[in-house]
Amino acid sequence: MSKPDERAAAIEVRDTSLAYGETLIQQQLNFSIRCGDIFVIMGGSGCGKSTLMRALTGLLEPSHGQILIQGVDRWRTPSAGRLALMRRQGVMYQSGALWSAMTLRENVSLPLEVHTQLSKQQIRELADYKLALVGLAGFGDHYPSAISGGMRKRVGVARAMALDPEILFFDEPSAGLDPLSSRRLDELLLQLRASLETTLVVVTHELASIFTIADDAVFLDAEQHSMLTTGNPRWLRDHSPLPEVRHFLNRGEPESEPGMSKS
Amino acid sequence: MPLIASTTADHHHAAPTPAGPAPRAQLDRREHHSSARLLISGRWCMDTSPPEPENLLDQIGQAQELRELSFDTSALTDWDSTLVVFIAAILRVCATRAIACEIEALPASLQALLELIQSASGAHATEPAAAPDTEQVRDPAQSAQASFLVPLGQDFMALASATGEIMRFFGEGALAVQRLMRGQSRFRSTDFWLIVQSAGADALPIVSLVCFLVGMILAYIGNQQLEPFGARIYIADLVGLAMVIQIGALITAIVLAGRTGAAFAAQIGAMQANEEIDALRTLGLEPIDFLVLPRMLALILMTPLLTIYANLFGILGGAFVGTTVAGLTVSEYFVATGTALALNHLVQGLISATVYGAIVAASGCLRGMQCGRSAAEVGRATTSAVVTAILFIVIAAAVLTVLFQAIGLS
Repeated sequence: MSKPDERAAAIEVRDTSLAYGETLIQQQLNFSIRCGDIFVIMGGSGCGKSTLMRALTGLLEPSHGQILIQGVDRWRTPSAGRLALMRRQGVMYQSGALWSAMTLRENVSLPLEVHTQLSKQQIRELADYKLALVGLAGFGDHYPSAISGGMRKRVGVARAMALDPEILFFDEPSAGLDPLSSRRLDELLLQLRASLETTLVVVTHELASIFTIADDAVFLDAEQHSMLTTGNPRWLRDHSPLPEVRHFLNRGEPESEPGMSKS
Repeated sequence: MPLIASTTADHHHAAPTPAGPAPRAQLDRREHHSSARLLISGRWCMDTSPPEPENLLDQIGQAQELRELSFDTSALTDWDSTLVVFIAAILRVCATRAIACEIEALPASLQALLELIQSASGAHATEPAAAPDTEQVRDPAQSAQASFLVPLGQDFMALASATGEIMRFFGEGALAVQRLMRGQSRFRSTDFWLIVQSAGADALPIVSLVCFLVGMILAYIGNQQLEPFGARIYIADLVGLAMVIQIGALITAIVLAGRTGAAFAAQIGAMQANEEIDALRTLGLEPIDFLVLPRMLALILMTPLLTIYANLFGILGGAFVGTTVAGLTVSEYFVATGTALALNHLVQGLISATVYGAIVAASGCLRGMQCGRSAAEVGRATTSAVVTAILFIVIAAAVLTVLFQAIGLS
């Protein structure tokens, strides 16, 4: 396993179960995400990665157990505290999830308008700066429908970073991106971590990206509805005692199986 | 047996030559013999409609002693996926009956395809089923032939739950208004004014047309009934009272349900499908405050205004018929209308309009918020929004009429 670390936990997941109504998705989840780490949630399709992400970002209340964000359980906190948590997190969605009725600049500005008292001019400059960070300077007045899917994703990143959050969540950032853009996005994530000491939580099964960026990871399994293991993905790939984890991280090679789902 | 051009096994999907030897499958088996040979011949392609396997499967099923099956494809000229499916069906039956199949005699690429589907279905068997989508799970009562009471009961339950949902939604809306009053809720005022414009001003032409025509229709019917009594002047009362008390508000609300309620459901539903609502939530913005409240307020403001306008056009339509068909003069008509109408009639109409506006906005927003995450769901949400709105408008109209009577407003 990765070496013990004294850094404080940004997120602690304690004996958590996740369910949609009666349908159990995951249970007995126990792991913590250290401050400043890039943490990857991985697992096969349909194993509940995005559901876990929804629980971490506060969209789904765990059916059992606790999720502590910087020591706070958002479901047992008064609304002011909950809002403060929202202020410290940024979320990028799989499709970008830009608000289609607003221009790109307005999209990036809205978090600032909601959570800060900055002047209109300051907000505008900050929004343009964030757009420039993701390589979209000069696109502020475009609407989401007028730009490509990859660009929308990048605007999603800019919006997630708008408030300089302490924890950033990314749902499949590289899905649907060409290899170069995907790699640029990875570099951006590494840069963010280095310059702002942001904690990053990434849902992905893009192996190249996992090995490039991840410090730590949790591996979810759909059959057992639980996590199989946690640890550094490179280490897990070579040394995990669990064959299914090694199999996944080695892309099913060498014992190649055509049925291996990797969507 | 057709003559064989060549053992052209590996170039399926060759040049399209529909004409060719007919595809045939024949089981060559001696009585009480443990082995058999399946002769597959001809051009086995989609456009030559190859035989279905049932007949053959029955034969195999009846052959009790059969333990070995071999294939002979020397007379096969061409083949495509239909043959793969055919052989796969035979292999499945043979597997259950413990009959050994020698597939080595089949063309190599056909064998490869068969192996691929076998390993793929094996992998699927171990792959866990995805979490069932509640929307996709069909009620068994709907598929099986059930008593007519079942759908009736289901409809009733749906109506009951829709009533609960819409009431809860109004409650959440009221809480949002409270937050707005305390300055804690936020939506963009530009959004509000845009909705006011699209729901209000942009609806003027259609509301004018519909209400003018409805006024004309009322006047026509009134004319027919009142003429024998020489009471044509009461056309003005009939049209004026009907429009102002109920019809104006009702028509406006139904037009808004189709125009604006559907648009609300589609907008919010598309936002739901695109995770935009999630993005608002994780930002700490309540979608009720940010999306629903401006829409509710805009419609609650605009529906009464549109209703006044609708009343006017209904009365104009009545006046048109009254003066051209019934032979009244313009001044006669308007004086009669003026004496018939009182403030309490207008108040009734405006209260109704406000309630209808809230219903249209709430059903549009509610169905949008309930929308699933796909394009088909957006369509369903839109339809459902209009149906819900019209249903509850009619129910509200009935309740309000009784209520106005009870408090002596009418």
